[in-house]
Amino acid sequence: MRPELKDFKGFNLKNLPEFDGFAPGHRACQGCGTVLPLKLALKVLGPNTIAVSATGCMEIISSPFPYTSWRIPWIHVAFENAASVASGIEAAIKVMKRKNKISKKEKINIVVFAGDGATFDIGLQFLSGALERGHDFIYICLDNEAYMNTGVQRSSATPFGAHTTTSPSGKVIKGNITWKKNLMGIVIAHNIPYAATANPAYPIDLMNKVKKASLIEGPTFIHVFSPCPTGWGCKSEDSILVAKLAVETRVFPLYEVIDGKYVINKLIGHIPVDPGSLGKYGKYVLEKKVTPQKPVEEYLKLQRRFRHLTPEQIKIIQKRVDEEYERLVKLAEYFGIEE
Amino acid sequence: MGEELAKKIPIAIVEPLKIKKKIAKEVSIAIAEAVAQCRVDVISAYPITPQTHIVEHLAELVNNGELDAEYIPVESEHAAMSACIGASATGARTFTSTASQGLLFMYENLFIASAFRLPIVMVIANRSVSAPISIWNDHSDVMSMRDAGWITTFAENGQEAVDLVYHAYRVAEKALLPVAVNIDGFILSHVIEPIEFLDQELVDKYIPPLRMKYKLNPKRPITMGAIGVPEIYTEAKKAQDEALKASYKIIINAWREFEKLTGRRYQPVETYRMEDAEVALIIMGSLAETAMNAVDFLRERGKKVGLLRFRLWRPFPLKDFLKAIGKVKAIGVIDRAISHGATGGPVGIEVRSALYQSKKRPKVVNFIAGLSGRDVTVEDFVKLFEKTYEAMRKKTNFSYEIYGVKE
Repeated sequence: MRPELKDFKGFNLKNLPEFDGFAPGHRACQGCGTVLPLKLALKVLGPNTIAVSATGCMEIISSPFPYTSWRIPWIHVAFENAASVASGIEAAIKVMKRKNKISKKEKINIVVFAGDGATFDIGLQFLSGALERGHDFIYICLDNEAYMNTGVQRSSATPFGAHTTTSPSGKVIKGNITWKKNLMGIVIAHNIPYAATANPAYPIDLMNKVKKASLIEGPTFIHVFSPCPTGWGCKSEDSILVAKLAVETRVFPLYEVIDGKYVINKLIGHIPVDPGSLGKYGKYVLEKKVTPQKPVEEYLKLQRRFRHLTPEQIKIIQKRVDEEYERLVKLAEYFGIEE
Repeated sequence: MGEELAKKIPIAIVEPLKIKKKIAKEVSIAIAEAVAQCRVDVISAYPITPQTHIVEHLAELVNNGELDAEYIPVESEHAAMSACIGASATGARTFTSTASQGLLFMYENLFIASAFRLPIVMVIANRSVSAPISIWNDHSDVMSMRDAGWITTFAENGQEAVDLVYHAYRVAEKALLPVAVNIDGFILSHVIEPIEFLDQELVDKYIPPLRMKYKLNPKRPITMGAIGVPEIYTEAKKAQDEALKASYKIIINAWREFEKLTGRRYQPVETYRMEDAEVALIIMGSLAETAMNAVDFLRERGKKVGLLRFRLWRPFPLKDFLKAIGKVKAIGVIDRAISHGATGGPVGIEVRSALYQSKKRPKVVNFIAGLSGRDVTVEDFVKLFEKTYEAMRKKTNFSYEIYGVKE
């Protein structure tokens, strides 16, 4: 356990922060699953926060001059370099504190909001550099699995089979032919103190993770699953349902990696190993804390981007999802936190 | 002509300056020390030849506890400028240095830094641009950023480079615009020169602590980098343009104050033996010193020649330029960069454009010389003067000549 986290008991519905850093009236689409986690994160981080946005939906919908949704200092520079901009801000605050140009007592959170394109693709080098250098900042990747702002083009976060405007479901090639990049794996390889996945369908869990990230010194990373009704072709009112199904079908598992130790926040479905050998997870299995696993089809069928998939393709996806999940469970087994 | 000429060239006479102390330093090291004297807060840099010695020395100063600054060893030049933008937007005094491909890699950020009105200072150790890859000196890197909204100055020698660094911080923070100080790669960056530094006391007087009204401060939140819809973009750009134009006065005043402090006088356009000149060459950077020798050589032979050098390149010192050309009948503009497919080199185009609305209409010929560190000798300058004389007598070609191409 990190010493910084000792006093943090977690949020519940009674102790949610009142602060709202993101004003209403922004121009996000109906049912946007990206702006919701952003709003929740700012709630947790509070007014003593500087936010950096990469170019993308959240930047566009929040800042049509002369309007702004940002009640905290906010900067947007370009598409790929949000992590570097944050590096500069962090260094500036550090040195100005040392030189007594700003109060030493003040803890100022620095948070980056960037989409999957800005993180998985064009900004990967900048993210890697900033993580490796160890700047004290929070990087929140709001992953809606394609370049939504420019009109739903494929990114390396786009899942296998998904239709996008640059991976259309054609007569010969049916949707995206590659698997989603394992960004968490890349981030964790930087040996940062904290990395987690989160999802707006689990808002308290998400807020707890943002809080932990802000408490821990050094670079922290949160990968947020962010449903996009416009790009995914799901109903606006279903975006949270889709987000929930992504967890319950194991498509997007919720977990944390603290100092290299894995914690799976929600164990989904039967794990095909002897429960006795499951270590700490054995307990979950025995106490029936395991959430029943739903077939991926339930998740896929709500979204038009997957409607062309054949039963064979869905089988391939199911197999891959299970394999990846089991790999994660094994990582948690080998590198889990001892209780 | 070579040897005979060499014998006849007078050794440049340096007037004894009223100085306290000159220290022999490699110019890069001297620049780094000047930056440190300016009490920079954040340095963000990435290695590229021939700029490396500057940031290496700054790292040394930081790690030896001689300079209280944060040094961010970024993973690319793009990140270097991005981090400078972040740090400067937070209210820190920032520095970076680059060259060639590095400058091109940070290109998009250059426009953002100036539009954000951030007083970032960057030294560019000018180097050619690939391909073919070449580490040697010309001005093709910096000429690519001439529309980026940066205040841009060019140094002729090491002392001037150091003085322009002090000047850059003074100007940047008054004008709230980024400043690029250009030094010729290797030719300046790697030579050892006697340098006179300002006393720390004077530096502190010349460059007071940075106070920015608008910065990333949780107590006074601002939004930086909002969208400029068509209804507002033009106005935003107009405001930025006005700021760059208005910086001219700040630049001049900063040089005047510098003169008061040090006795060293700088002006936007430097002239050499222009009083009664009928033919002049225009050049930028360190090659001007060689060109001066050619001027002396020809003057000794009764030729009325002179030399102009742009110290300030952006904002373009139009009035100073028109004044400086005096009554010349022909100008030979020497560009150290190609603008492929254009009507001239970047300086040539600018000079022709500046003269078009003017009553003074000397003939203009445009040469491109000294690409990628190719020597331009005194003899070459004499030839270029001769070519400019020729142009005076005949119809000029509205184009440019790449000088010294091997057949």
